[in-house]
Amino acid sequence: MSKIDPAAARRATESVPSIPCDAEGPVFREPWEAQAFALTLSLYDRGLFQWPEWAAILGDEIKKAQAAGDPDTGETYYRHWLAALERIVAEKGVTDAGTLRKYFDAWDHAADRTPHGMPIELKPEDFR
Amino acid sequence: MAGHDHDHDHHDHDHEHGSELSETQLRVRALETVLTEKGYIDPAALDAIIEAYETKIGPRNGSVVVARAWTDPAFKKALLEDATKAVASMGHMSRVGDHLVAVENTSQRHNMIVCTLCSCYPWEVLGLPPVWYKSAPYRSRAVKDPRGVLNDFGIALPKDTEVRVWDSTAETRFIVLPMRPAGTEGWSEEKLADLVTRDSMIGTGLPLNPAQTDSKVK
Repeated sequence: MSKIDPAAARRATESVPSIPCDAEGPVFREPWEAQAFALTLSLYDRGLFQWPEWAAILGDEIKKAQAAGDPDTGETYYRHWLAALERIVAEKGVTDAGTLRKYFDAWDHAADRTPHGMPIELKPEDFR
Repeated sequence: MAGHDHDHDHHDHDHEHGSELSETQLRVRALETVLTEKGYIDPAALDAIIEAYETKIGPRNGSVVVARAWTDPAFKKALLEDATKAVASMGHMSRVGDHLVAVENTSQRHNMIVCTLCSCYPWEVLGLPPVWYKSAPYRSRAVKDPRGVLNDFGIALPKDTEVRVWDSTAETRFIVLPMRPAGTEGWSEEKLADLVTRDSMIGTGLPLNPAQTDSKVK
């Protein structure tokens, strides 16, 4: 589990053909995109879902976004990816939107109280 | 500008605003924490995946910026005055952090940047920070013993060269403009960009010299 299996990443990009790639594999515009990708890869490794299932949910999120006016230029790809990730963990009963919201707010609070330059860490006091 | 100057004796950060995470960063952190607490993911495994893609994140255009500054005096002047604006003027670059400051290495002064966590590293121009850059030993030693850190990286500077350490703040990120290597007169911007290493823009390295690139395929 400590090392990435290149074959696993390749299977992901083959099964989800829309992933932005260069000749060697996935590329990311911002660090959080790579984090969202890594989270998904980890959950797949755990057997939480199969790639076709993931591709269907991601495709659905992209369609919904386009219907709502997303320009679909590729720049927003990982926003849809993130929405799909939040949805699949809820559908699989791992967590729910309310819990994610609670942690979102807690991290926001943690960031606010953390002086710049210190690691941002979640503390019980952040859940108010 | 004076408010952004942090020399190596200066340990304070700009504490006025706390830290900031974007909406997407918060959502990713929320997911990561919940999934870790529930035992679905192992943070070490996540780090390993992200490290595997370290070179695939962000546009990494810093070397082009440096090469342009070496060949175009007007651009260099603009870069040192307002790096954010100068980099934006290059067109093909995607967005750069709010306040990017370029610090110029000269024979009198060597600059080194230190930052604490990912949010204040100019990844838009430098790609993802190397692991050592985020490590506590680098962060504290860079401030206390910059020459020692440079020695570890194999750089011995003349005794009378001042070493200046720039500590990034939430508002300001730095990029080092290294000195143009000797023997590159008349080189094209493109060829020069190949000499510019990531570490040379952090200040923990020097650009390659022409002899070092001759051995490369290019």
